[in-house]
Amino acid sequence: MTKQVKQLDRVIIRFAGDSGDGMQLTGDRFTQESAVFGNDLVTLPNFPAEIRAPQGTLPGVSSFQVHFADHDILTAGDAPDVLVAMNPAALRANLGDLPVGATIIVDTHDFTARNLAKAGYEANPLDGDDLAEFAVHPVDLTGMTVAAVKEFGLSRKDAARAKNMFALGLLSWMYGRPTESTITFLERRFAKVPDIRDANVTAFKAGWNFGETTETFIVRYEIKPAPMAAGTYRNITGNLALAYGLVAGGVQSGLQVFLGSYPITPASDILHELSKHKSFGVTTFQAEDEIAGVGAAIGASFAGHLGVTTTSGPGIALKSEAIGLAVMTELPLLVIDVQRGGPSTGLPTKTEQADLLQAMFGRNGEAPVPIVAPRSPGDCFDAALEAARIAITYRTPVMLLSDGYLANGSEPWRIPEVSELPAIDPAFATVPNHGDGDEAEFWPYERDAETLARPWAIPGTPGLEHRIGGLEKGDGHGNISYDPANHDYMVRTRQAKVDRIAASLPPLEVDDPDGAAKVLVLGWGSTYGPIGAGVRRVRKAGYQVAQAHLRHLNPFPQDLGEILRRYDRVLVPEMNLGQLSLLLRAKYLVDVVGYNEVRGLPLKAAVLADVIGGLVAEAEGIEVDLVTSPAGTGTTDGEDDIA
Amino acid sequence: MSTDSATGSATDLGLPGLRTGTEGVPTIGEGETQTGKDFTSDQEVRWCPGCGDYAVLKAVQSFLPDLGLRRENIVFVSGIGCSSRFPYYLDTYGMHSIHGRAPSIATGIATAREDLSVWVVTGDGDALSIGGNHLIHALRRNVNMTILLFNNRIYGLTKGQYSPTSETGKVTKSTPMGSVDHPFNPVSLALGAEASFVARTIDSDRKHLTSVLAAAAAHRGTSLVEIYQNCPIFNDGAFDAIKNPDTKADAIIPLVHGEPIRFGTPLESGLGSKALVRDPAGSGVLVVDSADVDEADVLVHDAHHPDPSTAFAISRLTDSGYLNQSPIGIFRQVERATYDDQARAQITTARGGAADDDQQSRLAALIGAGDTWTVV
Repeated sequence: MTKQVKQLDRVIIRFAGDSGDGMQLTGDRFTQESAVFGNDLVTLPNFPAEIRAPQGTLPGVSSFQVHFADHDILTAGDAPDVLVAMNPAALRANLGDLPVGATIIVDTHDFTARNLAKAGYEANPLDGDDLAEFAVHPVDLTGMTVAAVKEFGLSRKDAARAKNMFALGLLSWMYGRPTESTITFLERRFAKVPDIRDANVTAFKAGWNFGETTETFIVRYEIKPAPMAAGTYRNITGNLALAYGLVAGGVQSGLQVFLGSYPITPASDILHELSKHKSFGVTTFQAEDEIAGVGAAIGASFAGHLGVTTTSGPGIALKSEAIGLAVMTELPLLVIDVQRGGPSTGLPTKTEQADLLQAMFGRNGEAPVPIVAPRSPGDCFDAALEAARIAITYRTPVMLLSDGYLANGSEPWRIPEVSELPAIDPAFATVPNHGDGDEAEFWPYERDAETLARPWAIPGTPGLEHRIGGLEKGDGHGNISYDPANHDYMVRTRQAKVDRIAASLPPLEVDDPDGAAKVLVLGWGSTYGPIGAGVRRVRKAGYQVAQAHLRHLNPFPQDLGEILRRYDRVLVPEMNLGQLSLLLRAKYLVDVVGYNEVRGLPLKAAVLADVIGGLVAEAEGIEVDLVTSPAGTGTTDGEDDIA
Repeated sequence: MSTDSATGSATDLGLPGLRTGTEGVPTIGEGETQTGKDFTSDQEVRWCPGCGDYAVLKAVQSFLPDLGLRRENIVFVSGIGCSSRFPYYLDTYGMHSIHGRAPSIATGIATAREDLSVWVVTGDGDALSIGGNHLIHALRRNVNMTILLFNNRIYGLTKGQYSPTSETGKVTKSTPMGSVDHPFNPVSLALGAEASFVARTIDSDRKHLTSVLAAAAAHRGTSLVEIYQNCPIFNDGAFDAIKNPDTKADAIIPLVHGEPIRFGTPLESGLGSKALVRDPAGSGVLVVDSADVDEADVLVHDAHHPDPSTAFAISRLTDSGYLNQSPIGIFRQVERATYDDQARAQITTARGGAADDDQQSRLAALIGAGDTWTVV
């Protein structure tokens, strides 16, 4: 039969199923296909902390949302246009997020009385009018999968497991995705189990062919590649980009990277990834606990490696005392905090940015630590390199605040030219630095006049033997000192050293196209995408708003205070209860307005647009009416359309 | 092998062709000499008068030149406590770190650098209480380092609370009615963690202490040396039974590899009045009168036995209350691959001879791999 082809500028698809149904893999493959096709995209994986929560229940639902477009987009989208639900629980758990008119593809196989009851349905929602507002396509994905792979003689259970590939094949057909990369992937992944490999490839192709032949689906959609800056691209998650950034930090500084880490969600993938890169001289030490992880990293830094520790909020709490030791001993150290919902164990697999104040102040005594934050998955690479630059140049621990959304979310990443990456000079001390001739001594706390950094003399360097530790140091010579004036001086000097990092930072970029905005939206970390999308939406409706995003949270860029005072109102959206707001108010005495949510999910662009619109109305004394994007794009909201 | 010290000596490893603990660490040049003074820093030592730490410091400063290693390639790491001030008094590289964490910091140093001789100085509170986890994991991993555990059975720096090695019933500032805690036996703990080298010595027996240090340094892997160390302020006399010339023959059970284990006031034959035999009724060992036992039944100490069970049984002969009896010497010394050697070997294998100057192009290949597309 002839199929219609309809042009769309963007689509948001959510794959949802049981946590054992392979939804993350399905979403990831669809994403790779879209990336290779050339769409811009952003993804949002969302899964429970339990590895296999009870089958068929609401807590066991795992989903993967991918937003892809023919233009530059910033978020994974507020609401899915298409939901693929592999069982009743997946339908029920996600239905509330769907806008009217959304498409729902349901695997009917699991809509049994037992599974309906597990999901809390009293009656089959596919039978009544409950879903009348949506375009529902009930399809027996599992049954067709089992039939398609019959020839391989698998058990019914194993055969049914390939249903996610059938679904992927169907969606790949529907959106004209290239299939080669998925077939190659399956052949490689299951190379050792030919039956499973063939079943998955067959199910994938069967799904595609079903789309081609069935009368259930009469429309195919076309989303053209997005124009992007010249370069070679790949799709990348934040954790992968961060791991690559750490490898790059080692290469660019000529130091061997030493990672001391204890597994913790959502940071463990960095440990997994770095453990593959021993050929770069990377050592990965899986420690007995969080404290030993940072302890070993500090030891390695003392020995002349680039010490790194990776963790999440609870791990930072455990490492606090050791980070203080690194502050006192003034050794380079990278502390990576992939933030998750807290406090305590909190929401291990969900995102949040509520560790900012812990990073800033979570140590005893005056213990300043520089803080950097990436804004998108690909940006984790640059943030890691920047953290390495600061740590090595200023001989200090540096906190890098990623989060669960950046860690697992992905986007197309323009692969940087290695020759254009900054070089980092460890500048090890090799000769005595105090006094002349035979009297010359090595003073481990004699500082560089410009950076206030102390010399880094590593064991094995003759004549520079010295002892460091957690007790207060005498200025210069570094021996134990309990002198009151010395302590006051050293506390101020350690703070001054961190403050001086600001002198090495570029001016903060403010996106204020006409320079006429009265409202500034200032953010940090992973809220960059939703803030940017919200700002675009407001501008598209004809209003002025400025946007700036902080890479450096400590110290702040030197021009931040002046920028804040330039605007009538400053909005600070955060996935916490106002931690950056608190710092800005304290430092600049500027009455910033917070927008705060802690739902374990990224902020929504549409919500932010409304908040921004409200502030614009106040600041300019006008009525603000945010017009949604024109109809006919096939999308249900317009926050990402180019202004 | 010298055995004229009260507790004997045991520096003969008897292990063929194995890498020593200091292999890979640069040595001083031919004709160069070092003395204890070279290892003495300019810092004033600040322990209490009469503290056992002085004797250990002196012994270590005198012993280090014997290693013949370059001073700049020696690193001492400590935690928190009286003994943890140790690194400040040695003119080597050193770090006085945080409470209990010295083994983890030393693990990072030792794994990063094969060319360093790494030493940890710790106490009973530091190593067995707040840092217990790091100690047992260092021992099981067998990282190449030597841990000197100063055991004075009390908290000194915090002024006299009971420690995890204090005897049950001990009256201290924090236990006015007596401690109800059951103490650790550090040697039993280390053997339980499958440590490859476990020894016990005494601060005041310079000769034995030095011989144990030499054996520990020569051992490749984590060497745990428990040093009984008197605290004259808060726990004076804790080790009197094994130090008093009148009682020590009956209190010290000397362990020398390959020798029958006898101790006690000598008989006319010159042999000790007591001996160790295997307990016929169980898996342990028993103290019996020498006169009652055939020479052939006396337990011969085998520190190299792959099974730590007998060494553990011997460690159980330590009094957990007032120390009237304690085995002293090297309990266990076996060859086992070290964590750091293997970690470095994996890196060498992964590098497969790749030149370091190649790193940038290999980085470009790494980040440019996978499904890519090019926009022109």
